[in-house]
Amino acid sequence: MAEGATNQRIDTVAALRDAAITTLLAFGLFLPLIGFHTVTNIRNELELDTRWSLLFSIVAVVGVARLAYSFLLAPWLERIKQRPVATTAPAWRASFGKWFVPFCIGFVIVYPIIIIAATGFGGALKWVDNFGIQILIYVMLGWGLNIVVGLAGLLDLGYVAFYAVGAYAYALLAKEFGFSFWILLPLAGVMSSFWGILLGFPVLRLRGDYLAIVTLAFGEIIRIVLVNWVDVTNGYAGISGIPRPSFFGIPFNANEDGFAATFGLEFSPIYRTIFLYYLILALALLTAFVTVRLRRLPVGRAWEALREDEIACRSLGINTTHTKLTAFGMGAMFAGFAGSFFAARQGFISPESFTFLESATILAIVVLGGMGSQIGVAIAAIAMIGGTEIMRELEFLKAIFGESFDPTQYRMLLFGFAMVIIMVLRPRGLISTRAPSVFLKEPKPVPVDLAKQGHG
Amino acid sequence: MTVAGDILLRVEHLTMRFGGLIAVDDLSFEARQGEITALIGPNGAGKTTVFNCITGFYKPSEGRIGLCHGDAAIWSELDALTESGKRGIRRGNNGLYLLERMPDYLVTQNARVARTFQNIRLFPGMTVLENLLVAQHNALMVASGYTLFGIFGLPSYHRAERASIEKARDWLNRVGLIHRADDPAGDLPYGDQRRLEIARAMCTDPVLLCLDEPAAGLNPRESAQLNELLMSIGNEHGISILLIEHDMSVVMEISDHVVVLDYGIKISDGAPDVVRNDPKVIAAYLGVPDHEVEKVGAEIGL
Repeated sequence: MAEGATNQRIDTVAALRDAAITTLLAFGLFLPLIGFHTVTNIRNELELDTRWSLLFSIVAVVGVARLAYSFLLAPWLERIKQRPVATTAPAWRASFGKWFVPFCIGFVIVYPIIIIAATGFGGALKWVDNFGIQILIYVMLGWGLNIVVGLAGLLDLGYVAFYAVGAYAYALLAKEFGFSFWILLPLAGVMSSFWGILLGFPVLRLRGDYLAIVTLAFGEIIRIVLVNWVDVTNGYAGISGIPRPSFFGIPFNANEDGFAATFGLEFSPIYRTIFLYYLILALALLTAFVTVRLRRLPVGRAWEALREDEIACRSLGINTTHTKLTAFGMGAMFAGFAGSFFAARQGFISPESFTFLESATILAIVVLGGMGSQIGVAIAAIAMIGGTEIMRELEFLKAIFGESFDPTQYRMLLFGFAMVIIMVLRPRGLISTRAPSVFLKEPKPVPVDLAKQGHG
Repeated sequence: MTVAGDILLRVEHLTMRFGGLIAVDDLSFEARQGEITALIGPNGAGKTTVFNCITGFYKPSEGRIGLCHGDAAIWSELDALTESGKRGIRRGNNGLYLLERMPDYLVTQNARVARTFQNIRLFPGMTVLENLLVAQHNALMVASGYTLFGIFGLPSYHRAERASIEKARDWLNRVGLIHRADDPAGDLPYGDQRRLEIARAMCTDPVLLCLDEPAAGLNPRESAQLNELLMSIGNEHGISILLIEHDMSVVMEISDHVVVLDYGIKISDGAPDVVRNDPKVIAAYLGVPDHEVEKVGAEIGL
């Protein structure tokens, strides 16, 4: 006990020294960045202006934060590390784990009804569309990429390319040939999958960082082709007027043969939104279901084995090229489904929607969620996409920072900050255990520290 | 049918060059059905290179590596097969394969040669049972209709999966790891990991098992257990074993036939007793020229 106490005593001198160094660093860094700025005066000349009060308040905040870290946060982290790890999970944990997933699925099914009950038809539109559909698209993309990155361990930085292929496949075929959504949905998946496999053939002999660079390049190639092949894709202007999905042939419009009139309801745009919500929910659940099934099949186990050790896989007679291609193709297929849904929902697509930032966001969802964990990926998607959406709503911050404060401008900053914190606290993602795909007596979760990160 | 003592593996004029370095130089030897053949030699003699050539991880610069399944009469077709440019032929239960023409995964899948590694290569984040199921990948892949039947959960796949779990359970019993079946493989102690790797290789249903230093890092008791396990694999299953080993107590006790390499060249080949007394072998291990062997041997009391 005595030893533990001395270990945990805080070294005040060191803490003060650290705080002083941090303050100096912050001062040096922010002096040119914040201390000075240029303003244009009335004669249209540039003048140097100083912002000493802002500079000193920010530097003071940094210094105090460093002190707070030394005195409060660091000892707390230390205590967490020293706390003995329970070998068996408590009973509530087990029952929580059992009921958590059914509860979540039940909740997302009744979500639109709850929202309508709470906010009425007018208010519900935003909540179902921005929070429901938007998040579910990313959940689905996260689950799709999870197959490639989380299970097979292939670092793919160009996943959005397959999303784009799906979206443009739907947009072009629906506009030119008038095929319905239900025909084009599988077709878009097949086309994306085809492109995934086509990309896979030359690059899958690369590993780790090199594979990441080539997939990044592939994502950019697709985007630049979309920008420059103006005859087909209409370039930057994008494709507008994409046919919307209908309710099994009944369109969502105010006409007499529209959805509302057919079912004797008053016309409202919410019906289409709710239909789209359930559509993407079904697609996302399909992705999850297929992934869960695949994990228990030889191909899924081969993916995970590939992530762990490729040479051992080859020594066991596994054709690693085919195995990687199936992972790539399967991941791309779900991106294609999501892409065609995206095009159908927006009614307008342009290359702007398929930038590298999208790939990075999806990858961040997978990494934050915990590689290979479906629940983790879903939670990360809700936090990341829902989080950025909710930041638009933070009007109350204006009361603190003044009327000119625009919360949306800071969302990327806060978002990056949150990500750094999560990665410091949970370096292996939110859910850092892996459920075994098969067991003899009882399934014991495997801590991910044992699993390899995947350099395949 | 398979008869013990027939030639199973025939390595002829195997040469492997890495740039200017000749790691294996014109090596020829044979391994017989149901026997344990040991490949020994000082560090850097080229033993693991030979293994990598046999298991398809390296493509040899020169030479031929033939492997026969079933009746040894099929060896008569070896030259015709070499001429034809094919990787192998199959006649009912019998088959003949040229391993130097096959990529690594086909050596395991078609020619049924399994291997372990000098530095253990398990799937540490997967459970012990999962490790053994991954080894049965190809059989299960067929049973799952290349994923198609499996994804709809057809009963034929479930039967196949249960059978493969039974097989895994059987091997876990034999290597004494059944109580650790649901633990991650990376959590096992070193000796258990070695045994698990052998069990995993056996789950691929091989005719020839190649073990790269299976006794490395084992204590004498574990080493003795390993000897028993290897003997039983040879005796009960009729599986031939090719073994690289530094631990002479293992080599001399269990092997039927020993091949000695030094600087990529075969210096001795024969029964353990013959090899043990071969002055060339002693010279290679003691690091002295041939003509001084007797003198040095007398000094250290050989």
